[in-house]
Amino acid sequence: MSALRFGAEPGRVTRWVILGSVGIVFMVPIVAMLEFTLRVGQPAKGVQTYGFAHYLALFSPLNESTYDVLFQGIVNSLTICVITVAIVLVLLLPTMILVELKFPHLRRVLEFVCIIPITIPSIVLVVGFVPVYSIVARIFGSSPWTLAFAVGVIVLPYAYRPIAANLASVDVVILSEASRSLGAGWLSVLGRVILPNLRRGIFASCFITIAVVLGEYTIASFLSRNTFQTALVLLQHTDPYVAVIFAVVALVFAFFLLLLIGRLGSTRRDRTSS
Amino acid sequence: MTLIADAPITTMSSGATVELIDVVKDYSGHRALTGVNLSIKPGEFVALLGPSGCGKTTALRALAGLEQVNGGSILIDGRDVVNVPVNKRDIGMVFQSYSLFPHMTARENVEFGLRMRKVDPAERRRRAEETLELVGLSALSGRYSHQLSGGQQQRVALARALVTRPRVLLLDEPLSALDAKVRVQLRDEIRRIQTDLGITTLFVTHDQEEALAVADRVAVMRDGHVEQIGTPEELYTAPISAFVANFVGLSNQIPAEVSGGVVTVHGQTLDLINRPHLDGPVIAFVRPEDIVIDAQGMTSTVLTSSFLGSLRRTQLRLDDGSVISVQHDVADQLQPGDTVRVRLKGRPVLVGPR
Repeated sequence: MSALRFGAEPGRVTRWVILGSVGIVFMVPIVAMLEFTLRVGQPAKGVQTYGFAHYLALFSPLNESTYDVLFQGIVNSLTICVITVAIVLVLLLPTMILVELKFPHLRRVLEFVCIIPITIPSIVLVVGFVPVYSIVARIFGSSPWTLAFAVGVIVLPYAYRPIAANLASVDVVILSEASRSLGAGWLSVLGRVILPNLRRGIFASCFITIAVVLGEYTIASFLSRNTFQTALVLLQHTDPYVAVIFAVVALVFAFFLLLLIGRLGSTRRDRTSS
Repeated sequence: MTLIADAPITTMSSGATVELIDVVKDYSGHRALTGVNLSIKPGEFVALLGPSGCGKTTALRALAGLEQVNGGSILIDGRDVVNVPVNKRDIGMVFQSYSLFPHMTARENVEFGLRMRKVDPAERRRRAEETLELVGLSALSGRYSHQLSGGQQQRVALARALVTRPRVLLLDEPLSALDAKVRVQLRDEIRRIQTDLGITTLFVTHDQEEALAVADRVAVMRDGHVEQIGTPEELYTAPISAFVANFVGLSNQIPAEVSGGVVTVHGQTLDLINRPHLDGPVIAFVRPEDIVIDAQGMTSTVLTSSFLGSLRRTQLRLDDGSVISVQHDVADQLQPGDTVRVRLKGRPVLVGPR
């Protein structure tokens, strides 16, 4: 006999229908992009031939100058990723822990400040960044990595949330007091007690930061920096196939990052429920 | 390494003396401690008892070094530790909420304090296992906190606090999150371990039964200061104020008259615990067990009667309309509406202004 369930989690069939629908929405464009990158030449008599010609062309020395801008863009984006993650770990994370431990009354203020970038359109932020970057360029030069300062602001809302959620689930005040009473100095408290318990939030924060940095286009474009996204846009005018290949790779990479974040969360839940 | 640190946990030498002298603590305009004075002898178990907001946890945290005081002195073995950081005070502390490190097993939790003191791994492991055995948890040393019950977690927390052989053990309402049965078991176990180790212990609780059951002396706190300190018997039989009489145990508040150094309660003359400045009308604080059912006593009507296991507590309305509680034998089964005669046993009573 099937029982009516009110307010309970959806049944198995409903879950699969939802998962399937969402999967199709995600998979159709990705499959279409893959199909596009495998096309070789124009259809002859209505029949399209497929192959890996566009993939192999990427590694041909003849195309080195064509794709150089793209590879340089990827290197620049990865450099910006590293610096932005460092900003999150060195600036945001200690600030959040400090506020939690010593200035809990400032928690709302910090949250407000971190959420602000998501409420302001990128184009408006760029207008503000342009004069700032004239000074940044004077101090640090105009290397692409300097874009990390601006991107560091853009990622604040995304980096803040997972750490904040983790902090809310762990009573860091009590844990730090307990470890202090056992003879631990502040560095030991941080390294041996607080950070291990925030690992899930920190990883999630870093992965989301990487995903956001790899997808950032507006600021890089308006500040005339060559990144992965700007290179893709540039390249698609001359070689749309390669642009789409890298777009698919970026999508799959972001997908795996999100899977990893989800996995981190479920690993914790499994341990807790055992 | 000192003699104490090398000694096995089960033969720890006696603890330190602790003195709080005029300790004052302010929180943004609110004075939480108004001048706490407390002296604890080596190896003594003292309970800080009081209602919520009276400052008992603040006093304990000040002793631990988790709160900076605004005035006064805190002496451990005669040395003022007011400016000594918490990690250098050599105290062990058990918190109200289970404060085990979630990413560590029970044994790793217990080892933490020794790791901070750079004790070598083999010795660390030996002492952790020894202390876990002391609290009866050696079989669960590999479990994480989420795999332990509340009582087991608090046992691990106790072992963690004891393993470093601290000079003073501080317990901040460690039993309040546990169910009644586990609370009594762990309470007795804490007392047994404390007696075995002879460690100076300060135990914060708002549960008077808990305080009276485990402590050598109980300090009753009120509005940021210690109102009275004494053995459980002293507090119960000779409270110095109406607050203590009401907070420690039950007291009937009965209108009475003081005259010539004695008090007259419902026609019976009793000696006084305290002496008011002037003769006249007062309130007498009479314990329920100091009133007995007696055919020669005053008439009253039964309102309710509760069975409490070894005794029965009954509420009575006296002829003048006042309501009192009496404790009596379970064999005296009184029903609401019954008429019963009661009298005071004649023990000295505390009086306060009416």
